[in-house]
Amino acid sequence: MGLTTNIWMFGLFSAIIIVFSFMTIFSRRILRAAVSLLFVLVATAGLYFMLDYQFMAGVQLTLYAGGIVVLIIFSILLTSTINQKFPKAPAKYLILGGITAVFGGGISIYTILHHSFTASANPAIPTNMKAIGTQLLSTGVNGYALPFEVISILLLAAMIAAIVIAKKVI
Amino acid sequence: MNTLVPLSFFLIVSTAMFFIGIWGFIIRRNLITILMSVELILNSVNLNFVVFNRILFPDHFQGLFFSLFVVAIAAAEASVAIAIIINIYRRFSTIEVDSVNEMKY
Repeated sequence: MGLTTNIWMFGLFSAIIIVFSFMTIFSRRILRAAVSLLFVLVATAGLYFMLDYQFMAGVQLTLYAGGIVVLIIFSILLTSTINQKFPKAPAKYLILGGITAVFGGGISIYTILHHSFTASANPAIPTNMKAIGTQLLSTGVNGYALPFEVISILLLAAMIAAIVIAKKVI
Repeated sequence: MNTLVPLSFFLIVSTAMFFIGIWGFIIRRNLITILMSVELILNSVNLNFVVFNRILFPDHFQGLFFSLFVVAIAAAEASVAIAIIINIYRRFSTIEVDSVNEMKY
């Protein structure tokens, strides 16, 4: 894989991301918006594959594209009728949001293009699953065992909270 | 290492995704589409962390782990938000934000 092939693949993924991001926010049928969000997340997983982070891409595919989008589609099916179309967004919000997005994005992109990033001079470490798993569960220097445990407690608390909130009050 | 696409390409894509998410956040009046815009924003931030980690500091894993934790927190946030949305729908029979303003004022 040379640089040219990578740039073509990158162009494909980024085109998918940008087009389907627009479809996510401008589609007036809510189920189509959810499916467009799914395409955006899958293309982002493709970008992670291009960066050699296979584990992150797998997490993106299973948790984001597989979990969160399915959750969103479930809630769409529970709360709205499928054939209903949204009314058009008010022109005031469209214009104000467009100004915010264009100016904010323009300033950010201008800064990105005019800033010289300095890369670290240290040699790269391998990005295989063994290195990631060892560091994620290590308790030594640069170990992430404590945040890992805290996030598991947080997930448990969030699941219990979701059940309690959505439970029908008798 | 020279087969990686330049850093600024990735940053431009994630910037575009972020501001499209903000645009959607402003124009949409439905709770679920607002939640989808938030997911777009979170996804672009994740992409930024991973790209900085991989291209500028390939001798660390910090950005990768931060993105992993962001994904986990996004899952928790989505589940709680959808529980709240279902509860709101049960009480008001709608999830438009303009109709659910009883706590205003």
